[in-house]
Amino acid sequence: MTPCHVHVKDDLSSQLKPVSLFVWGSDSQRVLERLMFVVKGPGGFETRADDDLHTRSKMWTSGTSNIHLQMSYFNLNAFQTHEKLSKVDLSDLLGTVEKTTGATKTKKQLRNLQNRNATLELPLNKEQTEKIERSVAYEKSTKEVTNWQSIVIQNQKAEQLVFPLNQEPSGPKRVEQVVARWKAVTPLEQEIFRLLHLNKQPVLDPVLTEVEEASLMAMSLEEATIRRAELQKARALHSYYEAKAKREKKIKSRKYHRIQKKAKRKEFLKQFEERMTTDPTGALEDLKKMEMSRMEERMSLKHQNSGKWAKSKAIMAKYDESARKAMQEQLQINKDLTQKIVTVSDDEQETPEESETVPDFVNEVEPITDSVNPWMRSRIPQEEPEISCVTPDKPQISEEEEEEKEERNEEEDLLADFQRRRTLRQTEDDDLIPTAAEEQILNTCEVSREEVVGEGTVEISDSDENDSEEEEEDVSQFNTLFKLMSSEKTHEGPALTQDQQEDEEQLDEGQLRVRNMEDLEGLEVSDPLPGTAAPPLMPQPTASEPTAKKSKREIDLSEVLTKEAITIKVAMKPTVLEDEEHEEQISIIKEATRNCLMEAGLVDDKLDDLVYDKKKYLLKNVSTVEDVFVPISGEPGRRLLHVRTSFQTGKPITVTALTRQLRHPSVIISVNINHNIVQIQLHRLHLDSTCHSQQKSHTHCILGSVLNSSIFNKHITKGNVFSEVSSTVAPFIERGLQIPM
Amino acid sequence: MKVKVLCRNPDDYVRETTRDIQRVPRNYDPTLHPFEVAREYTRALNATKLERVFAKPFVASLDGHRDGISCIAKHAKSLSTVLSGACDGEVKVWNLPRRECVRTIQAHEGFVRGICTRFCGTSFFTVGDDKTIKQWNMDPPGHGLQEEPLNTILGKAVVTGIDHHQREATFATCGQTVDIYDEQRSSPIRSFSWGVDSFSCVRYNPVETELLASCASDRSVVLYDMRESTPLRKVVMTMRSNTLCWNPMEAYYFTCSNEDYNLYTYDMRYLKCPVNVHMDHVSAVLDVDYSPTGREFVSASFDKTIRIFPKDKGHSREVYHTKRMQHVICVRWSSDNKYVLSGSDEMNIRLWKANASEKLGVLSAREKIAANYNKKLIEKFQHHPHVKRIARHRHLPRDVLKQKKQQREMKEARRRKEQNVRKHSKPGSVPLVPEKEKHVVAVLE
Repeated sequence: MTPCHVHVKDDLSSQLKPVSLFVWGSDSQRVLERLMFVVKGPGGFETRADDDLHTRSKMWTSGTSNIHLQMSYFNLNAFQTHEKLSKVDLSDLLGTVEKTTGATKTKKQLRNLQNRNATLELPLNKEQTEKIERSVAYEKSTKEVTNWQSIVIQNQKAEQLVFPLNQEPSGPKRVEQVVARWKAVTPLEQEIFRLLHLNKQPVLDPVLTEVEEASLMAMSLEEATIRRAELQKARALHSYYEAKAKREKKIKSRKYHRIQKKAKRKEFLKQFEERMTTDPTGALEDLKKMEMSRMEERMSLKHQNSGKWAKSKAIMAKYDESARKAMQEQLQINKDLTQKIVTVSDDEQETPEESETVPDFVNEVEPITDSVNPWMRSRIPQEEPEISCVTPDKPQISEEEEEEKEERNEEEDLLADFQRRRTLRQTEDDDLIPTAAEEQILNTCEVSREEVVGEGTVEISDSDENDSEEEEEDVSQFNTLFKLMSSEKTHEGPALTQDQQEDEEQLDEGQLRVRNMEDLEGLEVSDPLPGTAAPPLMPQPTASEPTAKKSKREIDLSEVLTKEAITIKVAMKPTVLEDEEHEEQISIIKEATRNCLMEAGLVDDKLDDLVYDKKKYLLKNVSTVEDVFVPISGEPGRRLLHVRTSFQTGKPITVTALTRQLRHPSVIISVNINHNIVQIQLHRLHLDSTCHSQQKSHTHCILGSVLNSSIFNKHITKGNVFSEVSSTVAPFIERGLQIPM
Repeated sequence: MKVKVLCRNPDDYVRETTRDIQRVPRNYDPTLHPFEVAREYTRALNATKLERVFAKPFVASLDGHRDGISCIAKHAKSLSTVLSGACDGEVKVWNLPRRECVRTIQAHEGFVRGICTRFCGTSFFTVGDDKTIKQWNMDPPGHGLQEEPLNTILGKAVVTGIDHHQREATFATCGQTVDIYDEQRSSPIRSFSWGVDSFSCVRYNPVETELLASCASDRSVVLYDMRESTPLRKVVMTMRSNTLCWNPMEAYYFTCSNEDYNLYTYDMRYLKCPVNVHMDHVSAVLDVDYSPTGREFVSASFDKTIRIFPKDKGHSREVYHTKRMQHVICVRWSSDNKYVLSGSDEMNIRLWKANASEKLGVLSAREKIAANYNKKLIEKFQHHPHVKRIARHRHLPRDVLKQKKQQREMKEARRRKEQNVRKHSKPGSVPLVPEKEKHVVAVLE
């Protein structure tokens, strides 16, 4: 054993004295040993004194060799096996209480406890206690963790996060910062600081105090008087010159002023000529001044020969030599004034041209046609929804004529159409709030069904009067089925929507490797869009109709208005329909169309024709279509109708959209998809927007610098998360804690 | 007579210095720019295309190990230093900017199972198959001196993982139990076990630094508090979790990588069902690490790919793979949020960009503005079909693709079957279990 070790032991025993005194009674030697062991720890102090080069590693190895003898590796209450040494028992401590003085109360309590005879309850079994301990600990730590919630949410909502978050400016800090952070702790320090504060010791500029500065600023009497005299003189001079200028200005004599002016000019010219030789840049400035004065004079409209004097002189000039001369002089002056001084900067020349390049219409005031969308104000027609109007005057014209007419006034028609559509859409937007179109029918059928339920208007189309009853049956069947599905849906809902979301965010993974732009072009063109994977079947055009015409327009009038005008005879009143609603609607249709036709000055019986045709058209088109969009460029497609075929009869049942159709009797809403537009069209509303108009406005909000000032542009294009290059982003730490180095 | 004339202040149109940019009188009236939306759409499309064309995430490959990489550790302070342990017991210290190994240590016999650096960056710890925990100095030994550990702790069982406390001189290891060691002592100051005999990973919570979580072989994830004598709670899942990682910015979230090809993000306060299930891998996920910003995490999988997931999305935003990269064993996100490091079976450490198309190096102000603008444009038009199609497209190796297809079919079949069962049984008797709840077997208190 080395002497060092002995020293340590001595020291310890002296420190332990008060404890040992307390325990000394029973078997004090044993307790002391035990305490010594506990304090010394497993490694003990023996190895500390080792003077070898690799002290530390050796210590560790020797320590480990010792420890394994005494404790089990997995159970840390190791000393229990070693004659229960690890804890100082309560009984050990309490045993000595009897012999000490004082603490009578506790003694009494102890004695009472000893005398108690009641049986204690059985302690909980180990599993239970552990479980309780665990749950208590868990509660505690969850509570602790929850303290972070506000920060977490705040960060999640933050528009921009710049990492590292808790940035402290690196580098040397100013003295004041350090001083401000440092706080006086000891009484001596506090005393010193109090003194300093009393003397108003400055923090920012620790060189001089206020008092010192004031003393520095002080002047002697002599200096003060001199300075005062100087100031007085300056003031006097100033007032003298002021008075002089006022007096001169008050003189009304023209001659005086003229002479003054002339004298000034002469002097100026003299100076100018002098300067030409000595100081060319100064001369240039002078020249500019002269130019300015010339301009001013020219602007003053003097020497224009339009004044009273000039007119009289002009009359007199015939007769009077001097008048003639004066006139000539006047003209000369005018001419001189109109001529510029030659050296003019380039900028000045350019400006008028520039102003010319700005087109006139810039300054025109645009009428606001659409209050919702300011971007639509332009007169340039943008792409419009495929809602085509059947104007009431068209039906009566025969096909060929109509075609001709179409060609003739195509432009006019177009314009009129656009106008009309615009107004139509404005009115429509209120009652026709569109739902997002969805293309993945397979995945989302349940969801869409729910939407239909939400709208709550399940209606059937009134097809031919003959089988309307049959249809009724279908409807009832459908309704029951529908309820069943919707009830099922309530179970299936969340999972499926999640599925759908996932589809949305999933990557498109394939074997195609993108190396250059051409590959991307290929990607763009070749791949069928997920939304348009199954384009709905269109109703086959009848043989008589030329297909070329169809490609021209989405809805062919000829298709709408078949030649079978004989069927007009169908009664004005649908006889078989029982449903009140339907009657009502049909009557509405008739009313409306009649109004239209009346306006157009048409005969009554054509109206039935139209109604019939429209009905027919609707049923024909709708029956085959599965999911329908109204494509509008830049807007999400609106799902107008969702059609399911009845399982048993296979006959079409149309829902909700037909009601909309019926609400606008003079409009046939196209149910066809324009594939060219669908390619670049949104297919559904997205998470950040709740309605169609919001999405639209989002799209129309310009990010670029063309329509935004640069500052705003910078603001809206800044990234969400910004982490600085080559700076470590450390995890959050509790406030007030510094990382020790 | 007073005459009013047009008078323009030359300040409005004359430039003051030759370096001034000429002021362009601009009319912000939107009617004058009717095609601006269309123009922006085109710009967005082009930006997307360029982004994809310039998406070259692979930066460098560090080779030098003579066996598969088993673990990687970031240096706590230095961004340019990375440590890696291999299956032959070798530990290498790498200099990233120079892309070379600066130090090699034969640390263990058998695998190096875990490696972690001390918070101050002056030393690091390794654990290996030879049942030892070793502490090494970060500085190489002087000339002529041998590599020797600062400390060695001999254990009785194999230690499989190690993690160091954020601020204090304690570290946690896992093997047959989860042990908390004081650096000054050779025996654990605390030891946790809860009916399990093998743990694969233990991680300290970087924010709430007294908390720990571990993955055990009985398919469970167990939470601990260093100050308590007992574990806190245990959640048992259908399959085993390999590793886990705490979110460094959000104290109560952690993500574990599972054998069932998915990753699960849990809120430690509500363990009953995960907050999010991240699926896309087609084989067991072996490692996961959060970005230091806590917004995303990267996962390494047995299917030879690494994927980057946003923390709240179910699917990955990025997938990285190369022909030569085999099963990826470990992955780390660099602490400046710019790079991802992956160590794989075929003895290489690969350095990837965290944003595939990000330009490296110093950007000029104009470049920055342009990049920001493009990013916003892509974000604005991200839902449009063309843009989406291009932005989402990723190349995948054939095998992975095949497996993916297979799995999709299997999943679909399972779903269909379940649906049919539900349809033909008494309503309510076959409950619909959401995907999130399917994977949790029990939460033990």
